[in-house]
Parts: sequence; structure tokens; C-alpha cells
Amino acid sequence: MIPFITLEARACPLPMANIDTDQVIPARFMKRPRSEGGYGPYLLHDFRFDTNGVQKPGFAMNDPRYQAAEIFIARRNFGCGSSREPAVYALVDYGVRCVIAPSFGDIFASNAIRNGLVPAAVSDEDAELLLQSGSVLAGQPIRVDLADQKIYAGNLVVDFVIPAQWKARLLNGWDDIDMTRSYADRIETFATGYQRENPWVVPRR
Amino acid sequence: MAKPLTVIDKIWNSHAILEREDGDTLLWLDRHYVHEGSNHGFGQVAARKATVARPDLTFGIADHYVPTRGREHGAANAEIRHMIELLSTNTSQHGVNLFGLDDPRQGIVHVTMPEQGLTLPGLMIVCGDSHTSTHGALGAYAFGIGASEVAHVLMTQTIWQKRPKLMRIRIDGRLGPAINAKDLALTLIARIGTGGATGHAIEYAGEAIRNLTVEGRLTLCNLSIEAGSRLAIIAPDEKTIGYLRGRSYAPEGAQFDRAAEQWLALKTDPAAVFDREVVVNAREIEPSATWGISPEQALPINARLPDPDRVPDENRAQAIRAALDYMDLKPGMAMNEIPIDRIFIGSCTNSRIEDLRAAAAVLAGRHAAIPGLVSPGSMLVKVQAEQEGLNRIFTQSGLEWSDSGCSMCVGMNGDIVAPGERCASTANRNFKGRQGPGARTHLVSPAMAAAAALTGRLTDVRPLLEGRAP
Ligand code: SF4
Repeated sequence: MIPFITLEARACPLPMANIDTDQVIPARFMKRPRSEGGYGPYLLHDFRFDTNGVQKPGFAMNDPRYQAAEIFIARRNFGCGSSREPAVYALVDYGVRCVIAPSFGDIFASNAIRNGLVPAAVSDEDAELLLQSGSVLAGQPIRVDLADQKIYAGNLVVDFVIPAQWKARLLNGWDDIDMTRSYADRIETFATGYQRENPWVVPRR
Repeated sequence: MAKPLTVIDKIWNSHAILEREDGDTLLWLDRHYVHEGSNHGFGQVAARKATVARPDLTFGIADHYVPTRGREHGAANAEIRHMIELLSTNTSQHGVNLFGLDDPRQGIVHVTMPEQGLTLPGLMIVCGDSHTSTHGALGAYAFGIGASEVAHVLMTQTIWQKRPKLMRIRIDGRLGPAINAKDLALTLIARIGTGGATGHAIEYAGEAIRNLTVEGRLTLCNLSIEAGSRLAIIAPDEKTIGYLRGRSYAPEGAQFDRAAEQWLALKTDPAAVFDREVVVNAREIEPSATWGISPEQALPINARLPDPDRVPDENRAQAIRAALDYMDLKPGMAMNEIPIDRIFIGSCTNSRIEDLRAAAAVLAGRHAAIPGLVSPGSMLVKVQAEQEGLNRIFTQSGLEWSDSGCSMCVGMNGDIVAPGERCASTANRNFKGRQGPGARTHLVSPAMAAAAALTGRLTDVRPLLEGRAP
């Protein structure tokens, strides 16, 4: 995984709460293999396109100012609902590397970390300030600094929260599986002892 | 004296292998359930040329994409068939147990695994599905994970987690007649919000929880993720033990009795402290339904829809407007005047035998005014319902009786609600387009879905049950 340090990019404002993962990628697209062109085209598909596949002009992602945005800004509870990691794939494949919102669905946030996408939690007030910031609305780049946990948009500077474990993982580009494997002996010892003491935890058949 | 602990801490502690400096804990997992959607996880295993660490603790099931109507004709199309086949290939390649499409025990993962006695109190369980919170109803520590975590679990049988914050929701008093776990859950979510329990593990307690059947508890824990909580738990009691005794994969004989003793000891110590406590009076709960596009947009059946012009908070007003607009409803309209075009009884929330009995009690001897689909939670529930004659009640009232799967909850198998149609559904999500592009969903209990079927609008089920066994 590529370490995330700072990102300077355009942000796309999505002034909505509860953008659930069913919206981020509708279920009907998840049958397609990700290897063929990625999931970027399906990101927020039903907000972007009408039933005939024509772009809806009023939606921010279709606005020329926010083309190639690598940062999304939304209201509370972004990514609630289904655990589908393809929601994160859709964001990442589209080119998004950071989502700023007052809160995130728990499973979404942990999926995000595992794919190098930063879930930056800001206060409700700061989310509103960012959504209305002149730089954001003008499509000018804003900066996300992970080490300092700050977002710079024009003259506006806001702090964001991210659990220390996740921050370390993103900054270092750690791979969980390699780390876990380094503990193989301890896992083995634990499992043997635990299953011996509690024989009923092993399925009967 | 030892520090007083919650049931959540106790299970966590018994599964903690080690704690990293940064505070993440590596946890041992007793069960890993996989389904068609787990293909990304298997893909990552293949990409590393790795193997499944504990196939004996991994159980696969086909549910999200399976056909529910005319199973003998196979899946709806080649893409859908491919998803089911992919699961068979992945599980057989790694020697993982599978309840496949043709298995008589096939069903929805959150119905079948408890039914088979694979979900047990005190176990730590994961599945690549957010409604894994369901299994907490039996006293298990169970939570949904994403595809990269699925891959990690497949390869190591462990997972890194940070300790959740603790929340206790106590429901005092007794629920009124014909009021059920679904009404309770919808009321709770409306009260605390869809993000109300984010970052928390919930323990449900109190008189009304003790009085719920195991099936009602499964419904309540299932819906906890809609309040943002990755897991919810109800401490095991005699009802839990009674439910598990004799189930296929559960321990047997003396080993069951020894396990049951351990299970009954799994309780929150009286002095244990939670980060947050919520207390609700059961008598305040009424038959409820959602009117909007988020599970928190729920109201009692005799209420009226909110008027965004009277909501001072502009963000909230905007959210209400967006919901009314998508649902094509007017501010101030009475809930029980909302017309309904079809009903769906099914999903991991409400498709167990008790749910089907509750719907049948309303429908018996009556005719539905609108079409509807009844999909049992597992093929074993289907058999039992047919032995009890419930299927005849459904079909005689004009509803369709089908095989088991996720079906119209998410529409992945092709069972969808048409654009603009309004469906009273016993599932768990009323998100825009969840049941199909443009579909409008009202979440209700099985009894309330049956009532809507009879009248063609959202309807208080209580008068329809007068003089009938509950
Ligand atoms: S029934 Fe619906 S909510 Fe439950 S597992 Fe299937 S798709 Fe998910």
C-alpha cells in the first residue's frame, strides 16, 4: 500500500448526510469484476446518471469545477449501511484518496484504511465551513495533511480526527497480513490452549 | 476485587491473543461465515497464493444471489449464476463447508447459522456482511467486516480490532399487545439516529428484552447496525439454551450441559460501567413504519409525516425534503394513508418461523388487496411453515410463496420492486433504490406487512388482530 502523507487536490462538495454504501455503489454493479476497468464508473451512479444513463446536470460530480476531485466532503454518517468494500473500491478507482465528513460508518472507515483512503472526521461546524469554503466551491485545490491532522482550504484551517492506529497504518503503508503472520507462533499457541479449555467452541460436525 | 466487566468485555478478553503498542488487539475467531459477496476476499487470498487457515471454522452459504422463484430453472441470468458458482469454486478449492444452492439447509446466512447451532454464546464470529450483528442475539460477539478483512480472516483466522465503546440500551416494562421486536427496533433507531451507536457495541437489557423470544432478539440485533453499531449482544439466558439444545452443530449431551453452564455465567457484572446508557419505556412503543429513505425516518402508524418548513435545523429540513421528494409524499400526511403497491415478507430481519406465523395470523381467511412475496429465511423454515400450513394461508390470500434467499431485500437475484412502486417490506434498509432503481420502501414488521397487504395502505395491525390468537 502506498503511504499517505499529504494530498493537495480539488474537493467535491456533497452536502448530504447518511450517504450509504448502497448509494456509493448500487448492488447491481457488484457482479462485475473489478479487474475490468475498476469500479470508478459506478461511484454514486444513481446520483450522477438518470435512468437513461445521461448525466444529471445538478449533481456536483458532474460539475466541471469538481472534475478530477480526489477529496470528497459530506455531512454526517458517510458510508453507513452495507459492509460492501466495493464502495471503497469505487471511490479509490475513481481517484478519491480522502473523504471528509463529521462521521463515518464503522465498517466503511475500516475498509477505507485498508485501501489507503483517508476517512477524515471533522466537527459538524467545520464540515459546513468546508462545504461553503470559497476555495472548494471554486474548484481550487485544498490540502489534507495526515501527520498534523489538518485540512487547509484557502484561509480556512480545520483539524480532523483519525484513530492513532489507522493514522500509523496509512502513514507507513503497512500490510496487516504480513504483520499478523509475524505472530504465527503466538496465534497457534493461543488457539491450541483456548480450544483445549473450551472444547465446545469447535463445531460438532 | 477484579474490575467489574460487561459481557462484551468478557468475550473480548477471552479471545484476545495480543495487544499491539498502538492499542489494536489481535482477536481469535471461532467462526467465519462467507457468502457470494466474499469473492473479493477469496480473490485476495488467491493473489497471494495463500491458503485458508481454518477451513473447519469457515462456513459458506449461497444467499444473496440465489433464485427464489422457479429454482429448478436456475439463476436469473449468467452474471448471477456466475456469482453463485464462484462461491462453490472458492469454498471447494479451500475445503470450506458450504450450504450451497441445492442443500436442504440453504438459507440466509443470519438465519441458517443460528438455526444450525453454529452460532453459540461466547463465540467471536465475523462475516463479510453488516447484519452479522444479528448473531449477538444468542450471546455471541459477532460483527460485519469488509473484503480485505475477509481475506485476513481467511488467511489467519484472526482480526485486528480496537476495543469498541460500550453502550447499554435498557428497555423497561412490557411491550403492548401485537407490538414486536421490529417496532421496538424502528422506534429505537428513530430515537438515537442512524449514527447514534457508531463506534459502540450495544448490550440490550431490561424486562422487555428478557421477554422477547430468541427470534425477536435476532430481529432486534439484526437492526442494530442501522443505528451504526457494528455489534449488539443479549446475554444468554434459559431461552437461549432452550433454542440451542439439539441443533445440528451445537455440542451434545454432557458437553452441551457444561457449555450451557459457561454460557449462563456470561453476564455483565452489576457494577460494570458503560460509556453510554439509553433507557426506553416499552409502553411507549407503537406499531411503526418508516416513511423516508433512512431507517431513522420511522414513526408510529398513527402519526403524521413531518413538515420540513417547521423544522428549525436547516440540514434536517433538507433531509426531510429529500426523503419526501424521493418517496413522493406530502408533509403532514397521515402515516396510515400512505398507499402501498406490494409487500415483501422476508430477509434476515424477519423471515423466521415466528415471523411467518405472525403474518399468517393476520392473513388467515382474508384476501390481499395487492400482490406480495413471502420468502422464508431458510429452506428448513420453508419446510416447517408448510407443515404448519402457513404457505396455504399466504397463497390463498393471494401472496406468492417462494424459496429462501435475500431476494427482494436487496434485489441482487433479480427479485426487484419496479421504479416508483411502493413496497411494505419486513427487511432492514429503506435506502433509495435498495429494492431496485427508483423503488420506494417502507420498513415494517411481518404483521404490519400483512395488514398493508389487506388494505393496500400502511395500516395499524391491532384492530385486524382482534378476536384472533396473537
Ligand atoms: S437479507 Fe438483506 S440484509 Fe440480510 S444478508 Fe441478505 S441482503 Fe443483507
